[in-house]
Amino acid sequence: MDQLAQRTQDAAAHKPIISFRNIVKRFGSMTAVDNVSLDIMPGEFFALLGPSGCGKTTLLRMLAGFEVPTEGSVLIDGQDMGETPPNKRPVNMVFQSYAVFPHMNVADNVAYGLKIDGLPKDEIKARVQEALDLVQLGPLAARKPDQLSGGQRQRVALARALIKRPKVLLLDEPLSALDAKLREAMRFELSQLQQKVGITFIMVTHDQDEALAIASRIAVMHKGAIAQLGTPSDLYEFPASRFVADFIGSVNMFEGTLIKDGADEAVIACPDLAPYSVHLPHSAPGSAGASVWVAIRPEKLNLHKNASEPPAVPDCPPAHNVARGEIKEISYLGDSSIFHVQLSSGQLLRVSRPNRSRYEQEHFGWGDTVWVSWAGSSPVVLLS
Amino acid sequence: MSDRPAPLEYNRLWPMRLWLAGVFFFLYSPLITLIAFSFNDSKRNIVWRGFTLDYYRKLFNNDELMLAFANSLTIALVTTILSLVLGALAAIMLWRFRFPLKGVIEGTLSLPIVVPEICMGVAMLLFFSRVVPWPHDLPWPLSLGAIIIAHVSFCFPFVAMVVRARLASFNKEQEEAARDLGASDWQAFRDVLVPHMKPALIAGALLSFTLSLDDFVITFFTSGPNTVTFPVKVYSMVRFSVTPEVNAASTMLIVLTVALMALMMLGQRKSNSS
Repeated sequence: MDQLAQRTQDAAAHKPIISFRNIVKRFGSMTAVDNVSLDIMPGEFFALLGPSGCGKTTLLRMLAGFEVPTEGSVLIDGQDMGETPPNKRPVNMVFQSYAVFPHMNVADNVAYGLKIDGLPKDEIKARVQEALDLVQLGPLAARKPDQLSGGQRQRVALARALIKRPKVLLLDEPLSALDAKLREAMRFELSQLQQKVGITFIMVTHDQDEALAIASRIAVMHKGAIAQLGTPSDLYEFPASRFVADFIGSVNMFEGTLIKDGADEAVIACPDLAPYSVHLPHSAPGSAGASVWVAIRPEKLNLHKNASEPPAVPDCPPAHNVARGEIKEISYLGDSSIFHVQLSSGQLLRVSRPNRSRYEQEHFGWGDTVWVSWAGSSPVVLLS
Repeated sequence: MSDRPAPLEYNRLWPMRLWLAGVFFFLYSPLITLIAFSFNDSKRNIVWRGFTLDYYRKLFNNDELMLAFANSLTIALVTTILSLVLGALAAIMLWRFRFPLKGVIEGTLSLPIVVPEICMGVAMLLFFSRVVPWPHDLPWPLSLGAIIIAHVSFCFPFVAMVVRARLASFNKEQEEAARDLGASDWQAFRDVLVPHMKPALIAGALLSFTLSLDDFVITFFTSGPNTVTFPVKVYSMVRFSVTPEVNAASTMLIVLTVALMALMMLGQRKSNSS
């Protein structure tokens, strides 16, 4: 976390390596990217995150030069790219399918970009060796792509792009073609690699876990626009909209009315939680009477055994920030368990509890009536 | 449970074996007879009189036949090259671009494949005698022009079809990757698309060469007195009588075609495994 903050701070001191300025991209009558402006700083591991069709890939392809913006401009290291073709841009890309050339062996694949540039043979050889060592593919230099595993093919694609020493490396869904276990390992390797080579990485992904795990900064995209821009913890803890709150991680959402909004206290009445209401130890966005949404993450909810009185929540008036319901389902995930608690209103609450000990001290079973509570600082109040 | 053949194990059902034997017999016995009798020491092709290579000697001394042979090889070679270029370009155009009347063009492309050869032949005859008269007194390779044009017109659609099918499996990201790594459009085409098309190009070349080499009908209508091809020459020899010389000539053609096929298949296997 400190390291991330440090990196982001360092980056802010420099001028952006990538600038999107009022980018609009239309395909026929369809608007894929709708007035996006975005600066990406040198050394960032930046992620464009969003559901399919949100325009994230189009944005990346405009950087690579495979698409030209309908309006606005793309600047790479201060230079307006205009209609500069892909082969004349100082960026390289790792494709979703890796696009390793099947008729060339590993070394020839990696050497391709340098051969095209007409570098002397000795230099190509040395740099290929260096690039292969960087991704730990040295021993496989003579292999053909069809003799490689998915992970190894990805390394070839990485080496092939990095050998050109691009100012920015673009990664299109880099991990989506790998199986779950390998994906986890490659996340770590990708961020290690980025720190080692020290260039800006921009990744497109629809997988929020992936983006949270690797990226130093994330732009969440929705319908061609940026829904929110921030560090992973910003997005997770301070989502700006229901879309972001819902897209990043899982969330319990209640519609409600702001009935009291003071300087250091706010109360929100939610029909689904009645007769109890939500109490915040700080002011809420919007004015009294406004319609708002309350979002609470499952791991910020506590479970209590059934009792006649609601549990007391610290720093909170009684009968606030609690709910009563019945456990309808338990998903045991190993490291944690997810409890689906149905409230009397019918709404299901997701409560996540870490499985800290091997033997449950407090057992919660199917059909149990329980109390759910949360601290006043846990809910996020959203206006949109 | 033991050894009863499964319903689809054709090779173990006796009616199927009989059928197979029949097919082999009717397919290959004429060829074997033809080849065997090319070594027969007799003027007539009926009774075996002993082994001789006389007819092969005669064959190689038959200047007209040798010229026809050279014509055929030249035509097949030029036709193959032109068909490869035209067919590959047509396939790429139809695969990559969208344009008005694409469906019509795609349809007409396969027309030469479905139109009966005799119609093509007559059409070519009319075309080269009335519309674009091809002079018959040009110096040697140019005099074959009419035949080459006719052959290309029915060979290149085959190349286009094979290449088109191959292109369907091309991952366009590979071409983009090449562009991204600094290749111009042309370099990306050369380094990525052409290698991908290679098996189809080899198959297309093989098709064109053999189609052109043994085409008789269309060639018959487009060849002039000075531009006789091997099949046409053999036909004219047969009109007098089926001598062992004809057998020898046919055997030569078979051996040549089979050898070329084998060579290309070998090359293809090598390029696949390396």
